[in-house]
Amino acid sequence: MERDTHFVLGVYEDEDVLMNAVKEVRSSGVKIHEVYSPYPVHGLEHALGYKRSRLPIAAFLFGMLGTSLALTMQFYMMKFDWPMIIGGKDFAAFPDFIPVSFEMTVLLAAFGMVGVFMVSSNLKPWAQPRIFDVRITDDKHVMAIDLAVNSGMGEEKIKEILASSGATEVNNKSFDE
Amino acid sequence: MAHEVQNFNLDQKFDFNAGIKKSIMTVLLIGTALLVVGVVLAMMGGGHAEEGAEAGGHAFHWYQRLFANVWINNVYFTGIAIVGVFFFAIQYAAQAGWSAPITRVMLAFGNWLPIAAILMIASFFVMGHDLFHWWHAELFDKASSEYDAIIDGKGAFFYWPMEKGTFPVFYIARMIIFFGFWVFFFTKFKKIAAAEDQLGGTSHWFKMRSWSAYFLVFFAVSSSVSAWDWVMSIDTHWFSTLFGWYVFSSWFVAGLSAITLLVIFLKGKGYLEMVNENHVHDLGKFVFGFSIFWTYLWFSQFLLIYYANIPEESVYFIERLSSDVYGGFIFVNIAMNFVLPFLVLMTRDAKRHGIFLKLVCTLLIVGHWVDFFLMVQPGTLGHNGGIGFMEIGMFLVYGSAVALVVLGGLAKGNLIPKNHPMLEESYHHHI
Repeated sequence: MERDTHFVLGVYEDEDVLMNAVKEVRSSGVKIHEVYSPYPVHGLEHALGYKRSRLPIAAFLFGMLGTSLALTMQFYMMKFDWPMIIGGKDFAAFPDFIPVSFEMTVLLAAFGMVGVFMVSSNLKPWAQPRIFDVRITDDKHVMAIDLAVNSGMGEEKIKEILASSGATEVNNKSFDE
Repeated sequence: MAHEVQNFNLDQKFDFNAGIKKSIMTVLLIGTALLVVGVVLAMMGGGHAEEGAEAGGHAFHWYQRLFANVWINNVYFTGIAIVGVFFFAIQYAAQAGWSAPITRVMLAFGNWLPIAAILMIASFFVMGHDLFHWWHAELFDKASSEYDAIIDGKGAFFYWPMEKGTFPVFYIARMIIFFGFWVFFFTKFKKIAAAEDQLGGTSHWFKMRSWSAYFLVFFAVSSSVSAWDWVMSIDTHWFSTLFGWYVFSSWFVAGLSAITLLVIFLKGKGYLEMVNENHVHDLGKFVFGFSIFWTYLWFSQFLLIYYANIPEESVYFIERLSSDVYGGFIFVNIAMNFVLPFLVLMTRDAKRHGIFLKLVCTLLIVGHWVDFFLMVQPGTLGHNGGIGFMEIGMFLVYGSAVALVVLGGLAKGNLIPKNHPMLEESYHHHI
């Protein structure tokens, strides 16, 4: 994506102020790009109105894939490819296949979930993360607002809303990507 | 500091009113009627007795089926009662905050324990000889044609310090000690809880925590040994090293389902306002997780026996799977206790909404009864068993009696531990 992006940042010092600010800013019609904080703030995801993650669906589908792969593999090997009598059981002895199927289910569900999470969060090794403010790893909460998304509202208006919601600083930040 | 939980009525008591009593009594009456029909049918079904005699061994009497039913429900509902106390103790030992307002609901199930103790000990004296193969003196008599070297080797576990084949002192002593300590711990918990309601402060919480820890140590041993005694010894030759856990997990799922149902029932009646869908979600997770744990143990037991195929072990499953009476119930058991709860409770929404949990928990309470039915009946009745009027009637009679006792006990004390130090934390519980 070759474009310049311009953000307005509100810097907050207190998590309670931040929580109220998020509600205020959202109710005034400004769309928040993201909030960065040094530690998990309880209930922030609800205040921001995030939808529930669809990661469990991916986990379920990858799990099903694991089960089917494991069962197919075992039935093919034990019944058709190289039938062997083991313990006097049938070639296709279903109970014997359960432990391997279970393990494959867990393995693929876990790998698939991690993979999907990394792709959807853009966590590739060569990714250049946007650093809005270095103090978000220390003691400040930062609310980032994308000006392009909120083009209907003037930059000054947004800054005013942020300042009145309790931000101790209101800064600009741009990225060339 | 403002405590938001103080906005609720913390002094509430469960009102065990005539309406609820009447509906439970109706179930009790239906159960009794079905039981009477079942007993009459069993008495008239004389044909079975001859079959039993032909098959060798003892002739089958109709009352044996009644005895087996009493025993299934004794063991099953004792389990639900003790799991209430166990889950209560776990909350304190783990210093859990989320569960604070529902701890009294868990503890209430212990009210059944004293009655369960009397029923179990009395029925053992009346029915023990018919239920337990090892209570036959000739098995231990080397001169007898019935002499059984394997059971003779296990004899001391039942009869010590008496002569084998005489009177099972050790067995009865264990039964009395287990029930004695269980009831002791239950009354101890109740006493501390009552003192906490009266006096407040955190000292009772610490006291409860220590006693919970002692109880858990005792329960770890007693739950396993009671499973060997009361259930596994029915199939006297057979053994399984994880049987104690298997029975415990079955008890635990049934107990958790009963606790969840009671919490949802109380919420529906307008009690426990501070308990919201987050707490129900956690209970749902317990039910879901331990259903899978039960399946894990069931399958671990089955797979090893199936794979090794040693006659003395596989007889347990052959007796069940190849039986026209019990064969189908093996699959009913897995479907009710694993497949359905697993599929229905998998999503987050299902665990947060009462309707799904009500459905699954009811299913599980019946399902784990079927599990105990499959543990007890094949060894005691052979092909004379099955699920008929008598089984359904007896289950309803026991179930409604337990409901009467548990709700009666719940109504006596405070519904909410109003001085629990973590009540506020629990109110803000959020997942």
